[in-house]
Amino acid sequence: MRQSWWKILTIALLLYTLTAGLLMDVPRLPILNETIRALHFHVTMWFGMILLLLVSVFYSIKYLRTNEIKHDDMAIEFAGAAILFGVLGIVTGMLWAKFTWGDYWSGDPKQNAAAIGILMYFAYLILRNSMTDTQQRARIGAIYNIFAFAAFIPLIFVLPRLTDSLHPGNGGNPGFNAYDLDSKLRMVFYPAIIAWTLLGAWIATVRVRMRRVERTLEDRMINS
Amino acid sequence: MTAKGIASVVPKQFWCHFGRNESQKSKISWFHISHIILLTYLWAMWKEISVLISKEVTLEWRQKFALNGILLYVVSAVFITYLSVGARGGNISPPTWNALYWIIILFSAVNAVAKSFVQEHQGRQLYYYMIASPEAIILSKMIYNTGLTLILALLGYGVFSLILGNEVQDHGLFLLNLVLGAMGFSASLTMVSGIASKAGNNATLMAILSFPVIIPILLMAIRISKNALDGLDWSVSADKVLSLVAINAIVAAAGYILFPYLWRS
Repeated sequence: MRQSWWKILTIALLLYTLTAGLLMDVPRLPILNETIRALHFHVTMWFGMILLLLVSVFYSIKYLRTNEIKHDDMAIEFAGAAILFGVLGIVTGMLWAKFTWGDYWSGDPKQNAAAIGILMYFAYLILRNSMTDTQQRARIGAIYNIFAFAAFIPLIFVLPRLTDSLHPGNGGNPGFNAYDLDSKLRMVFYPAIIAWTLLGAWIATVRVRMRRVERTLEDRMINS
Repeated sequence: MTAKGIASVVPKQFWCHFGRNESQKSKISWFHISHIILLTYLWAMWKEISVLISKEVTLEWRQKFALNGILLYVVSAVFITYLSVGARGGNISPPTWNALYWIIILFSAVNAVAKSFVQEHQGRQLYYYMIASPEAIILSKMIYNTGLTLILALLGYGVFSLILGNEVQDHGLFLLNLVLGAMGFSASLTMVSGIASKAGNNATLMAILSFPVIIPILLMAIRISKNALDGLDWSVSADKVLSLVAINAIVAAAGYILFPYLWRS
């Protein structure tokens, strides 16, 4: 955690995402117009969320195998960062939908699935807070985290593909790769995914360290 | 288990793998041995599960009030719906019929399965912990709850048909969908009720934990059921049926893998 190069990289990539994402030339398209820039924020935040959730599930599995509380700290904080990106992703998506589909909420299958996914992880937070014993909270939280992820994957990757969706790339709508003929969007898109994911990891690790400090302080108070 | 024990448990016909003629007899490969070990394991597991299921049925039968309570719950819920929408048989549209039916089944299933880890007190659970494997316990509970949910769904279907009119055109598909839906509901709800029972066991927790997890299954079931109501061809629903089976398998497998960790705590 003492390494700082990836934090510098995060800041550089975020600055690049913000400037290039907002200022660079984008394809002129009917209806989409400038809103195509949402690709660099909304879509990439969702990618970041999925990656952070994967990390969280990884640490939950690790906790169940080893029973070390430090893995649980990582799992909860990465899930927390993922929830933050999920909420931001849904809000940016709603803004984008207002200007392209005409409504903040159009009952699109992916929108609904995203909302359900958020509910699932809010339930995870409530479940954790309903228990006071640290080990039990960690164990049951880890179990629900893995279980919810197993239900979340078909929800967002399988179900929306079975029905028509308004989202680009679904239901006969062309995906962004059809607009992005000269790969200019990609030059911002991929760095943006890395940037948001790293930012999430940064938030999570800072909070994990706070948790460790709090635990050590508590131990000292009890022992003194 | 001794070799003799294994030989007595494995049915005779599995032994015929060991060569039909003399030349094959000498080649007992690891494939054959692993095959037999696997079958023995499955057989022992199945015996354990069937004992546990019959225990569940006996318990339920002894405390008939719980079963009767949940059956009455379904009937009252259907009747309340009937009075609230002010509909007589025939003048309610198929999509509404479908939605009301599945919501009632969802709530009754949550209530029915929620008690699966509650009705037995701590001491008895410790006893099961010592004598049975967690895998057998979760599988037996899932199978038993599938049956229970299916009974609820069929009862609901009967009462619905009686007072709200039967709109279903393709009964075969509808019943197949009920079976698959009951499997999915019981697989996810059994696991969630296990989690909720470890976390102080309140009804709110059971509801908020189970609803998001169950939504993929519920949505697929509602879609297939809508096709059955409209009497569409089976080929239209085939991919949906397959994905419902796949989601059920994912949820059941996740429950099967995770339950031992839950049981240990």
